[in-house]
Amino acid sequence: MQSTSETFEELRKDFPVLNRRVRDDKKLVYLDNAATTQKPNQVIDAISDYYQNHNSNIHRAVHALAEESTEAFEATRDKIAKFLNVKDSREIIFVRGTTEGINLVAYAWGRDNVKEGDIIVTTEYEHHSNIVPWQLLTQEKKAQLKYIDIDDNGELIIEQLDDYLKTGKVKLVTFSHVSNVLGTISPAKEIISKCRSAGVKVLIDGAQSVPHMKIDLTDLDSDFYVFSGHKMLGPTGVGVLWAKKEILEKMSPFLGGGDMIREVHKYETTWNDLPYKFEAGTPNIADVIGFAKAIEYLEKIGMDNIRNHELELTKYALEKMKKISGITLYGTKEPEKRGGVISFNFNDVHPHDVGTIIDKEGVAIRSGHHCAQVLMEKLNVPATNRASFYIYNTKEEIDVLISSLQHVAKVFKL
Amino acid sequence: MSGDPIYTEMIIEYSRNPSNYGKLENPQIVRHDSNPLCGDSIDLYLNINDNKISDIKFDGKGCAICMACSSVLTEMIKGKDLSDVKKFQKDELLAELGLEHLIKTSPVRIKCALLSLKALKYGVYSYFAEKMNDPDSAGNLKEEASNLY
Repeated sequence: MQSTSETFEELRKDFPVLNRRVRDDKKLVYLDNAATTQKPNQVIDAISDYYQNHNSNIHRAVHALAEESTEAFEATRDKIAKFLNVKDSREIIFVRGTTEGINLVAYAWGRDNVKEGDIIVTTEYEHHSNIVPWQLLTQEKKAQLKYIDIDDNGELIIEQLDDYLKTGKVKLVTFSHVSNVLGTISPAKEIISKCRSAGVKVLIDGAQSVPHMKIDLTDLDSDFYVFSGHKMLGPTGVGVLWAKKEILEKMSPFLGGGDMIREVHKYETTWNDLPYKFEAGTPNIADVIGFAKAIEYLEKIGMDNIRNHELELTKYALEKMKKISGITLYGTKEPEKRGGVISFNFNDVHPHDVGTIIDKEGVAIRSGHHCAQVLMEKLNVPATNRASFYIYNTKEEIDVLISSLQHVAKVFKL
Repeated sequence: MSGDPIYTEMIIEYSRNPSNYGKLENPQIVRHDSNPLCGDSIDLYLNINDNKISDIKFDGKGCAICMACSSVLTEMIKGKDLSDVKKFQKDELLAELGLEHLIKTSPVRIKCALLSLKALKYGVYSYFAEKMNDPDSAGNLKEEASNLY
């Protein structure tokens, strides 16, 4: 596909909700894509088709429907592996989302590998989902949780990682590939290479990266990588934990139950092979199958084209927003160093008031702390406004966002 | 944007110049509360004499609705008997600012409007229960506070 703005605008016809009118018959301008993206007909239809024509439990029965469902479910696993350049699709574990993926690692890997006095390193710009599971683990184990701070540009102060690694106590470094608030792209390769030399494991929260740029997990070479389907056109309730096979094989299970077992006796059980050892219970079959269509859709456009489109929108928005008086922009000023996420404050108007007023103009952004209270403390604000872009957004929509801010100025007599 | 159902002149004015904003020295009751999703976060300070709210102040950070409602609540409640605080209902507060419609139209923003009232009801409850060791006198304030929104 050619990556012109016209071709991206063409995509909008696949997303029925984008035709919605909201509030006082205003055209919907959906700029809350970092929270969740809209779904194209291809995904919605695949889910209906599954329930209408194939619905069955998987992996066990031998009847026709069960075979079809199992095949479609496992084909999604293979598709994800290929999409991320993972050689062995048994390393793809289905979870509910990024949060569950991180919790799985904290519980199943963390409990076996983290001892009293050990250190887990995270960063100041993490989502709560990459802080709280590690607080739970380090508190239980009497281990320590340490943070890599951010500088005034919203970038990680990597030298701090060197200091932590020198202690010899670090067991895991965990960070988001792209910050959900600042949009900062973390120097993942640099962090991984430092951790490799120190023999330390690395987990990457890819919730804001996999949907927006080409990710090659073989090339990147972390130990764990997690992301969510619903932030990349897929249904809610589907996420992926990828980890190296050697690590997964040594790990204890997370949830116990059906499908994750080989043999169950009264007092002992042997575990199933990968990936099923970590997929207890009936999985989210319909949504996993729907997620395959989302990946097909993104592949057809091309991840590099998607990245370029968002970069163009981000540059355009940053240029326009810089010119508005009273606006505070957070994060690096260099668009190339960030994803399609712009956090801002407008004069001293509380973000919730900004959000409510521009919602009346049909503009959907996120106002709040974005599940990143540690970062809000650092920025010394209670909350921010966040506009985040995806494939179907246009420059005209950014113009509507900008002009809706004029309404805020009017209401608050700025 | 005249006629905005939420952002009236009164709300904007109160958000710019909140009343009873600040701390009390040696307050008998301090109650902190916050709305986890939007970042409203306030502290309410109260002094009680002769079963009356002899002084009340609040501080913290919040949206215009939260600031305006906290201001008006403190104005309405200052000098009142504790029995009046027990009777005080959210409708009275919302009506004072013309925000009754929020109950139906905005389940999210109603939390901003009622945060200070929640802190007040909890605060008075804890005064009876902890300071006076008389939870009965507080009646169902705690339950009311937890069911406000």
